[in-house]
Amino acid sequence: MRDVNNLNKLRKIIGRHKRWDLLFMITGIIALMIAILTFIALFSQMLIDGMPRLSWDFFTSFPSRRPEAAGILSAWVGTTLVMLVTAVSAVPLGIGAGVYLEEYAPKNLFTEIIEINVTNLAGVPSIIYGLLALGLFVYQLGFGQSILAAGLALALLILPVVIVATREAIRAIPIAIREGAYALGATKWQTVSDHLLPYSSAGILTGIIIGLARAIGETAPIITIGALTFIAFLPPPPITEEFPYISFEWLTAPFTVMPIQMFNWVSRPEEAFQLNAAAAGLVLVVMTLTMNGLAIYLRYRMRKNIKW
Amino acid sequence: MSKDLPRDKNYVGKLGYSYRRNLHERFIESILFLSALLSVFIMLAIIVMLVKESIVFFQHVSIWEFLTDTQWTPLFDDAHYGILPLVAGTVVSSLVALCVALPLGTIIAIYLSEFAPFAVREVAKPFLELLGGIPTVVYGYFALLFVTPLLQIIFPELPGFSLLSAGLVMGIMIIPYVSSMTEDAMRAVPMHLREGSYAMGATRFQTAIRVVTPAAFSGIAAAYILGISRAVGETMVVAIAAGMQPNLTWNPMEPAATITAYIVQVSLGDLPHGSLGYQTIFAAGLTLLLITLVFNIIGHLLRKRYREIY
Repeated sequence: MRDVNNLNKLRKIIGRHKRWDLLFMITGIIALMIAILTFIALFSQMLIDGMPRLSWDFFTSFPSRRPEAAGILSAWVGTTLVMLVTAVSAVPLGIGAGVYLEEYAPKNLFTEIIEINVTNLAGVPSIIYGLLALGLFVYQLGFGQSILAAGLALALLILPVVIVATREAIRAIPIAIREGAYALGATKWQTVSDHLLPYSSAGILTGIIIGLARAIGETAPIITIGALTFIAFLPPPPITEEFPYISFEWLTAPFTVMPIQMFNWVSRPEEAFQLNAAAAGLVLVVMTLTMNGLAIYLRYRMRKNIKW
Repeated sequence: MSKDLPRDKNYVGKLGYSYRRNLHERFIESILFLSALLSVFIMLAIIVMLVKESIVFFQHVSIWEFLTDTQWTPLFDDAHYGILPLVAGTVVSSLVALCVALPLGTIIAIYLSEFAPFAVREVAKPFLELLGGIPTVVYGYFALLFVTPLLQIIFPELPGFSLLSAGLVMGIMIIPYVSSMTEDAMRAVPMHLREGSYAMGATRFQTAIRVVTPAAFSGIAAAYILGISRAVGETMVVAIAAGMQPNLTWNPMEPAATITAYIVQVSLGDLPHGSLGYQTIFAAGLTLLLITLVFNIIGHLLRKRYREIY
């Protein structure tokens, strides 16, 4: 009799523990659902408000005082040019720093300081980079409120992302590859440039794309630089008709970018402008989601294909 | 020695080659070193720039006044320079955000790391990553035009701008950040600890709460602290949805400005370079940098600790 009682008690305890298990699992799914539902709400809100405004004209018109005539031409051109400056400056510097820290750096205090510093830079709020750019690029170096200043500010912002991605991609390459190259008499740089960089290129590319996707959506640093919000003209074209065919005048031109244009429209009281904001936001979200999606896909393929 | 050397022109040539090769290597190494060094220069430049402008500011305004005055009205005729209202706004909006992000982020992380089947994890993780990649200005738009009207149905007296709706959306925004770092910490816990727990007859929930979470504690703490630093430094959501009026309040239902929102507000106007108003944003920025730096360093130390244990 006693055994049966004990058994029943045990079953009760097990049952109770299993119920807790189930309860937590449901809580977990609900928490995940909250995140997913928020995303769906955000996307559908923008889709409903912004979709009617999305037309060819929206992409080819300048901002305007009349909301129904306003467009994002100067914004997307500005974003493209700023991203060009950001990529050209952040990519080589980030890869160089990553390679140095992973392959060259001796293990000493100084290397440790650089490493801690990179981690810290990644945690500095983006608006602080804006203040740095305002003081250093806009006034000290006299770049003014230009595409160059904005591009460099965003380059500093995504530099840690590129450095960390480079380091992780290079670290994943087995030591045997390096030993093989050294055994054949290759120098360090030959090993790096002929073997390590090509093999880690997909990982580095993933980091670059994620960094640029972040830079495209960054608003705060560019506001801090003091970028104008009403720009109804395009910067001078980078390709000219006369010799030398390439002009760098656009670097110093005033500009606006997508998130600034959206912020400008959101902060206006008229509802018609907020519909424009939704449309601009939709374009912005599609842009960043595509880039992040591409990065995730690249990483997924890399994980599947590479077998050392 | 010298007579043993082969009298071959090629030998000298080879030495020259190796010399050139070494020089080339050194040259490249120093370029790579300089690009790594750049990160230190950036940090120094940030500090120098903020401190330089702040010193000028503190020559006009005493540090005591800056820390204790309860009004922040630098652009008015009757100028007051007390950082407290901005700090209060930052603290309240961050607290609201953390009340959302820490519990939800932790639950999601535990679920994904200990409960979810492989297929769910493979879909949910990239999805959360996408959620974290959405520009903050879009979240600001969402807070102002979707969450605030929604909250006004529940609390009819809620004003159009409030710390509450900004904080809630900020919390949702930080979830992916907290959950991915917490999950990384939990996955770093070795499998045999779980196996031991299961062998004793523990359920997944018991294992997760009593074995995995304590073992991953410092990693989870690091995730929380970096989440806090993220909330404190967040700009666009509060600038759009919380209003930009400095307001010394601890009530999330009121509009108020954070440190970051104030910097945005000043930058939107056209203050002349070198004026006291221009310097206030650097003093505010320095305060912000110091706060986040403290959190980042603690988070970094904690993260280093959990990496060393396993």
